[in-house]
Amino acid sequence: MAYAIDLDTCVGCGLCENMCMAKAIKYNDEEHETNVRVGSIILSPGTQGFDPTGYDIWGYGRFPNVVTSEGFERILSAGGPYFGHVMRPLDREEPKRIAWLQCVGSRDTHRCGNDYCSSVCCMYAVKEAMIAKEHIHGDIDTVIFYMDMRTVGKDYEKYFLRARDKDGVRFVKSRVHSIDEIPETGDLTVTYADESGNIIEEIFSMVVLSVGLTIPDTAIELANRLDIDLNKNNFVKTGPFTPVATSRPGIYTCGVFQGPKDIPGSVIEASAAACLAGADLSEARGKDTKVIELPKQKDITGEEPRIGVFVCNCGINIGGIIDVTSVQDYSAKLPNVVFTDQNLFTCSQDTQEKIKEKIKEHNLNRVVVASCSPKTHEPMFMETLEACGLNRYLFEMANIRNQDSWIHSKTPDLATQKAKDLVRMSVARAAALNPLKEKIINVIQRALVIGGGIAGMNSALSLAHQGFDVVILEKDRELGGFSRKLIHTIEGGDVQAYIKELIGKISAHHRINILKEANVTAFGGYKGNFTTDVIVGPDKEKHIIKHGVIIVATGANEYQPHEYLYGDDDRVMTQVELADRLENKGASDLKNIVMIQCVGSRNDENQECSRICCQSAIKNALDVKESNPDAQVFILYRDIRTYGLLEGFYTEARRKGVIFIQYKQDNPPDVQADSQGLFVTVRDHVLERDIRIQTDLLALSTGFVAADTEKLSRIMKLNRNPEGYFLEAHVKLRPVDMPGDGIFLCGTAHGPKLISEAISQAQAAASRATTFLANSEIKLSAITAKVDIEHCVKCLTCVRSCPFEVPVFNLTEKVIEIDEAMCHGCGVCAGVCPRQAIQLSFYEDDQIACKIDALLAGGM
Amino acid sequence: MADYEPKIVAFLCNWCAYAGADLAGVSRLQYPSNLRTIRVMCSGRIDPSFIIKAFQEGCDGVLVSG
Repeated sequence: MAYAIDLDTCVGCGLCENMCMAKAIKYNDEEHETNVRVGSIILSPGTQGFDPTGYDIWGYGRFPNVVTSEGFERILSAGGPYFGHVMRPLDREEPKRIAWLQCVGSRDTHRCGNDYCSSVCCMYAVKEAMIAKEHIHGDIDTVIFYMDMRTVGKDYEKYFLRARDKDGVRFVKSRVHSIDEIPETGDLTVTYADESGNIIEEIFSMVVLSVGLTIPDTAIELANRLDIDLNKNNFVKTGPFTPVATSRPGIYTCGVFQGPKDIPGSVIEASAAACLAGADLSEARGKDTKVIELPKQKDITGEEPRIGVFVCNCGINIGGIIDVTSVQDYSAKLPNVVFTDQNLFTCSQDTQEKIKEKIKEHNLNRVVVASCSPKTHEPMFMETLEACGLNRYLFEMANIRNQDSWIHSKTPDLATQKAKDLVRMSVARAAALNPLKEKIINVIQRALVIGGGIAGMNSALSLAHQGFDVVILEKDRELGGFSRKLIHTIEGGDVQAYIKELIGKISAHHRINILKEANVTAFGGYKGNFTTDVIVGPDKEKHIIKHGVIIVATGANEYQPHEYLYGDDDRVMTQVELADRLENKGASDLKNIVMIQCVGSRNDENQECSRICCQSAIKNALDVKESNPDAQVFILYRDIRTYGLLEGFYTEARRKGVIFIQYKQDNPPDVQADSQGLFVTVRDHVLERDIRIQTDLLALSTGFVAADTEKLSRIMKLNRNPEGYFLEAHVKLRPVDMPGDGIFLCGTAHGPKLISEAISQAQAAASRATTFLANSEIKLSAITAKVDIEHCVKCLTCVRSCPFEVPVFNLTEKVIEIDEAMCHGCGVCAGVCPRQAIQLSFYEDDQIACKIDALLAGGM
Repeated sequence: MADYEPKIVAFLCNWCAYAGADLAGVSRLQYPSNLRTIRVMCSGRIDPSFIIKAFQEGCDGVLVSG
């Protein structure tokens, strides 16, 4: 973390430099230019929320109880102005009714000219409403005024439904035209037209403006300086098949600068940009790497524990609450402690040097640091031990900041007492620690990509560009997957030309081995060392593939509808089939075309939104209008979800006369065919009457269904969600990693997405796989379970209990074996073993029990 | 009982509950200081004997969170 002085506010007294105990302030530091020679550049300057100041209708800046969504995030935050207590700014009263106004600074060609959708506001408004309800325990009415709810991400629709149906967040489809303040109370009158056109007034205690994402001026200047093209909304101009490449070779982009998007999308693009930047530089990989030379490890066998305790003040974070000197004095009296010290910042570079000196000077063979959390700082202190020849596992931390001074700041005496207890427990545990050896395993520098669609091919090609061998499996006879059925993207990118080129590239690449008609039959091994058996081709040839990583890119399928006479009447077709028809026959023979959205999505069988169908309908509608401007196109929809820059195509379709009619889920359109023709009846909510349309064609906007990966997921032990899509390790922060190490995920196997999104996720998966393959060997954690064969009675409790199925009964040797390369170090087996014949290194029974003893022996 | 201060031992999973206890600190939440934490790699690591041991040695409550 770095801080800078705000020169606009600074009065120039220089007091801070004198006050800073760590001497970390360079008061006279000046701006200076530095030249750095680089091979590629990634632009990720981020976004800034739309500023609604000065726009009359919202009253932001004039009415104190109108806040932006960013402001409301601060109000909800425990570190915010009201410490997480939901209050309104005017009088610090708890609000009784809060309204969210969507699309402030987005989808707005009239006021601010931002004609794109910001993609994230629907979700964050739902989230804010739910958190507000959580924080205010009493009655609170939360209302979201929206145009279309655009909850298009993986599992997002379920989140929206939970807010609406379980948590009671109200959703009103209306664009609010004005907000007025009631001066006496500070409450706000919101005036809007409901769906039938009635003007309604509601009074709220607070209004939150869901502001959109905009590109800051500094980013625009940067783009101009670097001479890269931006689009009219100042997002970087990218192509549908090159989603993170800018107009200038060697310069890549990611995040909102590329286009409005949420966190998982940004994280994916970040990895994708890193992949392409890294591929450009792959020859130079590792050239500037410095290898740390560690001294030979000291043998401490037979030595009595000699513990050094270092207590941290953490500036005033600990020292301001806890009496650090008394904790230090106390620790000096504990058994086996031969040295104690206290530091202002124990994590600082100079303290590390000091710790090293003290270890040598006092011949310490165990170290205890009482400071912050081992979750963040344990690895760093362990490195300090290693750097002076002490085994890294002879280290223990007492968490006296996060779990003491910060949470007991109002009771300093009790916090000090607790710190003493925690240090006493840590000292007892330190004495019980043993040196441990970390196993080093080789990494097989080859990737297995499962699936030869756009995602699989892109990840294979990216990995080959990074210099790694790839085996790609395709279950069909041809590469290309679902994209073989697609004509062009909404932007006009020729999909068939693209996949032809892609297939050509991967077929010609000497590092890529393509296996078609391939099916996985067996799988084993662990990160860096997997073995997969595959049956290939019509002759069922068996291949055994050894590989270090896996990329899962098994794709998804188009939903096969049974609704709306599909299959019974040739005039009813899917959007994919319509696109094919338009490509071959055009639309000159068509007078009326009806499209129905959400077929096979957002219903009881499949709650999720399929993300792409709104844009496919609009793409085809625009094609119809292009081919035959006189044709009438009716799109019957529930919400139009043209997120991000797709919104422009929705606007274009409306301008060209495409008619959009909303229908409700509980009153879907009715389709009848008779000798007169094909008829679609839909209830128009504005006219409040049924409309009957005679149509030449009915196109069903069918969503995605996950591919059948039941067998594959069972063989390879890969988890899937209830819809059959594979699960990522973390939905926001690790969207291409799977929970198992060395296994990555991309494309529609992860969830419904556009081609451009599948490509960036494929490049991201290749990037994540590269970080793994770039090392020829990996060091495993020494925290693994070990079986004492002498005491084991082979009851198999461990075999049954291990969540990762690691312990196995060796039939020849008649013993239980735990492969330390596969062990995750959870210690479940150690916990359940009735004979205590399994020990988890670093968390052995006595290393835990001694903490209980030490705690309660001290009286607490 | 007015001045009764229970002694509570908490066994927290490194990956969730311990991280949550850290986050409580980062968020400056305040709660009574009667809790002493023992970090484990998984709540499944906790041998029932640890819990009995804690009670035997005078602990008033044991929290297992993971």
